[in-house]
Amino acid sequence: MARLNANSLGVAQEIIARYPVPRSALIPLLHLAQEQDGYVTEDAMAHIAELVGVTPAEVMGTCSFYEMLKREPVGDYMVNICNGISCHLLGSSDLIHHAEATLGVRPGGTTDDGKITLEAVECIAACTEAPCLQVNYRYRNRVTAEDFDQLVSELRDDTAKVASHGQLARVRQHIGDDRRAGVSPPDGQGEPAWMARNPSDNGDGS
Amino acid sequence: MSAPAPPDLRIITSRFDIEDGHTLAGYERTGGYAGLGRALEMAPADVHSEVRTASLLGRGGAGFPAGVKWGFCPPGVWPRYLVVNGDESEPGTYKDRLLMERDPHQLIEGCLIACYALGLSQCFLYVRGEMAHAQERLAAALNEAYEAGFVGRSVLGAPDFSVDITLHWGAGAYIVGEETALIESLEGNRGMPRLKPPYFPASIGLYGKPTIVNNVETLANLPWIVSNGGEAFAAMGADNSTGTRVFAVSGHVASPGVFEVPFGTTTFRDIIFDPRYAGGMRPGRTLKTFIPGGASAPWFFEEHLDLPLEKTTVDQAGSMLGSGAIVVMDDTTDVVKACHNVVRFFARESCGKCTPCREGTSWLEKILSRLLAGQGRPQDLDLLMDVCDNISPGINWPPRQTTICPLGPSAVSPIASALERFRAEFEAYLPATAVTVTGVAS
Repeated sequence: MARLNANSLGVAQEIIARYPVPRSALIPLLHLAQEQDGYVTEDAMAHIAELVGVTPAEVMGTCSFYEMLKREPVGDYMVNICNGISCHLLGSSDLIHHAEATLGVRPGGTTDDGKITLEAVECIAACTEAPCLQVNYRYRNRVTAEDFDQLVSELRDDTAKVASHGQLARVRQHIGDDRRAGVSPPDGQGEPAWMARNPSDNGDGS
Repeated sequence: MSAPAPPDLRIITSRFDIEDGHTLAGYERTGGYAGLGRALEMAPADVHSEVRTASLLGRGGAGFPAGVKWGFCPPGVWPRYLVVNGDESEPGTYKDRLLMERDPHQLIEGCLIACYALGLSQCFLYVRGEMAHAQERLAAALNEAYEAGFVGRSVLGAPDFSVDITLHWGAGAYIVGEETALIESLEGNRGMPRLKPPYFPASIGLYGKPTIVNNVETLANLPWIVSNGGEAFAAMGADNSTGTRVFAVSGHVASPGVFEVPFGTTTFRDIIFDPRYAGGMRPGRTLKTFIPGGASAPWFFEEHLDLPLEKTTVDQAGSMLGSGAIVVMDDTTDVVKACHNVVRFFARESCGKCTPCREGTSWLEKILSRLLAGQGRPQDLDLLMDVCDNISPGINWPPRQTTICPLGPSAVSPIASALERFRAEFEAYLPATAVTVTGVAS
């Protein structure tokens, strides 16, 4: 599959420019590859390696550590049911069992139509809204079995208004050239200019 | 004082009810960026002094005073960086996400104040990967703030103060909330913790340079502190736990919620039972146990309810306030299943770098699994404690570590708590023959 296309490459270069050391852009670039193809392809990893100046193996090393980065195709929609302690106390196990029965897959599996991948995930920080889940990282709170069935039918006919897997934030950071302070490389610069300010001369000097 | 915080006492959640509080217009209308303006009129060292005076404790979990941590940067070593820890993932914890989604400019302003005070020349805002909405709220807020001259080149028109804030996002790994693992991840690596010493971030951090790693909630307090003074902040709450804190109360309560309360004076009973907070247990239910500070914390019981939410008190009582996550369990709770749930979390999230954690948490999970499956062995309960003792010798609080970071020892907390208090419930899972054998053996 694909290396980064021209559009992704432009975004990638803008991301890399925000870091003093290009390798720091690795995770955002892997997300970008996943946004383009729905998962992280080997070609994309090789391309990213070229862009940040590391080997493809190093990119694979980073990529394989993080749960969100998929190296095999997944469904259009990741349905991640929270199984953290707060959701556990309020019935997440029942919800997961219901999901398994409804979708006919175990956590980690994808439905035959390629629409939905089910996962049971650790705490996703909506503990007061238990049991909760995320669809492509967008929350659904206090989910009942009926809510779940409704969600699945909306996902199957693409009416749930959720972007397909890979797209996270719909807004990207953009720094205009006239507003950019400039990255701070580790081997550059002495004391920043403003540290010379000392109007009251009673600071503790630390 | 044990009354709930009146609305005017809210410091960092004050815009949660304001519809456009996350926009620059809404933020400025409600006093936003005034703290930054005030800071820029002061010498950087004086801003640092105000934070010291405030006695602001870090809100991420360890509770170390931020002003003191700030002082650990070695003099004369440049550049220095700011890394914001927005990788909130401790089970039960749910406050930084809201602070990022609902008041992103407050966090941005806090970052700028920290950069100004300490000479930090670039800021990296590391947001948990799964928090897509927080990422886009922060991206939108940063784009607005850059355009309006609050971030980037010549902040507020000051020719000598320029700093970029780089929005960064993770990809799913609890361990990255540990500050040295966060730095590894930000450098593009697998998120595995570094050994401290020597890798204390303030001296050897991002790219080997002095780096301040602060939690989202910690930084969100800075605009108020600079605007109102460190003394005003220190006057709120208790002596060693100043200001306010945001707690998420979840589990078996009538009204789960996220509440900002005076730090150190509000009690567990207040926040769990007061109708203005979590409103007590569900109808007809009684309290069995509660986790006072996230999944890593030893569990508390009825007798701890009147303790204040104050760091020193809770530490001395054998647990911690941690990340501000209170998880309440009522009499319907199967503690063995709850214990297994928390242990499974740590087993799954262990990064694999240190043997006691990698192997130990997996074994704990396997033993609890077979117990729940009705295949427990008579010696399993003692074996659980033995494995715990290998991960954290002595099973004391605060825990001793055989590992680089506290993740492994954290898995000991739920077992030590639950097994000591509810041993009979664990024994009840042993097959009938096994129970008999236990009786004979003892």
